[in-house]
Amino acid sequence: MMKITKKVVVGRRDKADIEISLNPLKKNDIGVKLESSVERLFGNHIRNYIKEYLLGLGITSCQVIAIDDGALDFVIKSRIESALYKSNSALLEKFSFGKREKRERTVDFRRTRLYLPGNNPYFMEGGGLFGADVIILDLEDAVSQKEKTDARFLVRNALCNLDLGDAEVIVRINPFSNGGEDDVKTVLPGLPDAIMLPKTNGAEDVLRLDRLLEETEDENNITVGVTKLFPLIESAEGVVNAYEIAKASKRNVMLTFGAEDFTADIGVKKSKEGKELFFAKEHIVLAAKAVEIQASDTVYSDFEDIEGLIKDTEISKSIGFDGRGVIHPLQIEHIHNVYKPTKEEIEYAEKVVAALEEAEKRGSGVASLGRKMIDAPVAKRARKVLKLARQYRSK
Amino acid sequence: MEFIENILGRLIPVKIEGRKLRPFQGAFADDGGGRKRVTPPIPVSKPGQNKLCSLREAIEKSGLKDGMTISFHHHLRDGDYVVNMVVDEISRIGIKDITLAPSALFPCHKPLIEHIKNGVITKIEGSMNGPVGEHVSYGGLPKVAVLRTHGGRARAIEDGDLHIDVAFLAASSADDYGNANGVDGASAFGPMAYGYADAMFADSVVIITDNLVPYPCAPYSIPATHVDYVVVVDRIGDPERIVSGTTRITRSPTRLLIAKYAAQFIKESGYMKEGFSFQTGAGGISLAVTKMLGEIMEEEGIRASFINGGLSTFAVNLFKKGLVAALYDGQVFDRGVIESFRNDIKHVETPMTMYANYHSKGCLVNRLDVGFLGATEVDVDFNVNCNTHSDGLLLHGIGGHTDVAAGCGLTLITIPSYRKRIPVVRERVTTVTTPGETIDAIVTERGIAINPQRKDLIERMKGSNLPIVTIEELKDKVEKITGKPEPPRVKDRIIALIEYRDGTIIDVVKEVEK
Repeated sequence: MMKITKKVVVGRRDKADIEISLNPLKKNDIGVKLESSVERLFGNHIRNYIKEYLLGLGITSCQVIAIDDGALDFVIKSRIESALYKSNSALLEKFSFGKREKRERTVDFRRTRLYLPGNNPYFMEGGGLFGADVIILDLEDAVSQKEKTDARFLVRNALCNLDLGDAEVIVRINPFSNGGEDDVKTVLPGLPDAIMLPKTNGAEDVLRLDRLLEETEDENNITVGVTKLFPLIESAEGVVNAYEIAKASKRNVMLTFGAEDFTADIGVKKSKEGKELFFAKEHIVLAAKAVEIQASDTVYSDFEDIEGLIKDTEISKSIGFDGRGVIHPLQIEHIHNVYKPTKEEIEYAEKVVAALEEAEKRGSGVASLGRKMIDAPVAKRARKVLKLARQYRSK
Repeated sequence: MEFIENILGRLIPVKIEGRKLRPFQGAFADDGGGRKRVTPPIPVSKPGQNKLCSLREAIEKSGLKDGMTISFHHHLRDGDYVVNMVVDEISRIGIKDITLAPSALFPCHKPLIEHIKNGVITKIEGSMNGPVGEHVSYGGLPKVAVLRTHGGRARAIEDGDLHIDVAFLAASSADDYGNANGVDGASAFGPMAYGYADAMFADSVVIITDNLVPYPCAPYSIPATHVDYVVVVDRIGDPERIVSGTTRITRSPTRLLIAKYAAQFIKESGYMKEGFSFQTGAGGISLAVTKMLGEIMEEEGIRASFINGGLSTFAVNLFKKGLVAALYDGQVFDRGVIESFRNDIKHVETPMTMYANYHSKGCLVNRLDVGFLGATEVDVDFNVNCNTHSDGLLLHGIGGHTDVAAGCGLTLITIPSYRKRIPVVRERVTTVTTPGETIDAIVTERGIAINPQRKDLIERMKGSNLPIVTIEELKDKVEKITGKPEPPRVKDRIIALIEYRDGTIIDVVKEVEK
C-alpha cells in the first residue's frame, strides 16, 4: 500500500518518448490522464498499461499525467519506474524486468563501437540496424545530469526488451564519483555483455569496478566473471598507466581511447590530423597487445566528412587498433570497409593455413610456404584474416 | 444499401448516389467495355476575340451554375493561391453545390473547409489530403468523394466519367490568347502535365496567370486552341512553397538504410541493366534511392534510357552526367529541375494521359522497369494503403502510386517498418489503394519481403546478403516491437470511393468517429 506524496515529472515530450508526471491524489484511486499522438490506436492500451503496472507495485493512490508521442511499452515502463524511484528509491527491488536471454556471443572483432545516448529511446530503437560490432548504451557524456536516473532505467529496460541484433551490448557507466555504482547495480540485472568504465586513470579504478561487478553478479545470480570490461582511457594519467590498467582484470577485453577529454587534459586543441594523439594511441595499442586484448581508437567526430573518416581509420588500423568509436550509424560501413581484408591478404592467408594443415597431416611441427618457414605470429595473423573474411561474407 | 464483394474481398455498394459501381476485378481485367469516348462541344475561332477578363467575368461568362464541376491542377503545390481564390469568388457570386475536381490538394487549401461547411462545395473528385481530408473523414462533405490515381483522373476525364464544366488552370506565364506555360515568370513551376486533360476536355477553360506576356507565349504547355478566357492576377502562388530552392536528402539513418537496401535490391534483381528505366518521387527515401542508384550506375557503367517523375535535382544530375538519356517530367520538386526542363529538349513534359491512362493506346508506366513507392500500410497480401492512416483518417491522395505499380517490371514499397509505434505491415490494410498483385517487394529497415507470386525474384535473391524474410515474419517482427493497434472506429456511412485506374472500385472509406 503506497501513496504518491509529491509531484515527480520524468521523460521528454519527444518522438518515441513519453513524459510522465505522478501527482498526489486525495482519494484511493489511480487516475491516468493521457495525451497521445497515437490515442486512437494505442490510447486504451497505454492507460491500462500504466494503471496495471502501478497497481502491481502496490500503489493505491496517484494521478498520472502522461504526454506521449509513440513511446513503446518498455519506454513507458522505464519512465514510470524512474518516477517511482524518485519518489521512493526502496521500490527498486519491486520493479520487474523480463531477464534478457544471455546469448552465446562470440565477438571476435570489434571494429565499431556505436554510442547511443542513454536517454533517447528514438535513437535506441534503431540502434541495432546498422551492423555495429559493439553497441554502447551511454549513461555518461550523452546524458545531462538531471536525466541520469531516467537514463538508468531506460537503459536497464532496453537491455531486457530491445532487440539490438548480433551486436555486443555494453553500458558506459558514470565515474564512481558521479553515480557509477548505482549505474552498475541498476543495469546489471539486464545482463549487459560488458561495462565501459570512463576516465580510467589506473589499475585501482579497474579493480574497484571488478569487485563491484563480482558483488552485483553474485547478488543477481549471474555467473561471476561473465560481465566483460572496457576501460576507457582519456587522461594523461590513464595513458601512462595503460599497461597496468590492461592487466588489472581478467574481464578486460579491449582498451579504448577517448581523445576529447585527453586533449583537454594535456592542454592542447584536437587537430584534424591528430598529431598530438599519436604517442598516446601507440602507447595504448602496445599496452593492450602486451596482455593480448584488443585496442579501440577514439571516435571521428566530423560525421559528414566520410573521406576524412576513411583516411583516419586507415591510419588507426595501420598502427594496430582493432576498431574505433562511432558517433553516427553512417560511419559504420566505411570503417568496416577499411578493416575488410583484401583479396591478396585472403589468398595469402589461405595458402598459409593450407600449409599449416598440410604440415599437421604429415605430423611435422614445421610448416613452410615456399622457402619461408611459417612462424607462430604469421599463422595467427592468417587465421585472423580468414575469420574476419568469413564475417564479411556472412553479413 | 446492397453490397458486392470485389476480388480483394472488399465490400462495394452496388449503387451509390445514382452511380452504378463496378467492383475491382484485377489489375488488367477491364477491357474498356467497347464504350465510345465523349467529346466536348465544337468551338469556333473568329478573328478579334478578346479573352482577357477578370476572374468574376470569366466565371460568369463560362456559365458556371449550381451543381457544376470545376477543376484545377496542383503544380503550385503547397504554395497555391488559385484554388482558394476561385472558390472564394464563386462563393461571393453565390453559386453553390459545386463539385471540386483538383488533381491534388495541399495543407494550404485548408480554407476550403469553410466553403464545404457553407454549401459551396458539396463533392470532391480526384484527390484530397491533409486538413480537407480530415474534415471529409469526419463526415463533413455532403456527397461521397471519389479518389483517383493520376492516370485514373485523366481516364475519367477522357472517358466522360468526370465531366468538367470549367477548368481553372494556373500558368506562370501566358499571353492574351491563352497560350500558357509553367516555366517563365516569378511563379515558375515546370510542366503543366496535370492540367492537360482538363484543358482538352473541359467545356470551358480559364487560364489564370500573374505574368502576362506579349503574344506569343513560347514555349507553351497549354495551347490557345483550348482556352476560353485569360485572367491576370497579382500572384498565383508563393514561389517559396511552389518548389523548394534545393532538395535535401533524408538524414535519418533508418531511412537511408531502407534506401540502401532498395538500391542494392534493384541492382541484384537483374532489372538494373543498360537502358533500364525508373520512376522517382519526392519522398525522402525515394530521393535517397535515386541518388544511390546513380552511384551504382556510375560505378558499374550502366546507363538508363529514361527517368519518369516527380523530378528532383538528383534525377537531373544523372541526366546531365549522361547516365540517363531522357527525362519524362510530370512535376517538379526544386528549381534546378525547371532550368533543365526549359533548356533541354530531351527533358520532356508528360501529360497524365501519356503517363498513366489505362484507357489509352500506350502509357509510359508500361515501359518502366523499376519503381520505388511509399505507403501508409501494407498487408500480408501485399495490398498497399496510401490513402488512410491506421486510424481510418483519409489524409493522402493516391498520386501515381497505383499506375506505376501496375506498369513497372519491379515495384518496391520502401517504408519504415513502423512510425510512432504504429506498425506498417498489417494483417489487412485499412484501405486498399493499390492491389498486391502489382507489388513485388516491401523494403523496410527490418527486412525485405518478396511477393510469393514472384517466384523468379525469390529464386534470384537467394544467397543475397540482404535481409530477405517472408511478409508474415516481417509482420510478426514489427508487431513484437509495437504491439497491435486497435482497429479504426468507423461508422457505416461511406465518405469516399477509392477508384482503381480502370474505373472500378477497389475500396471504400468510411466516416470516422470523432
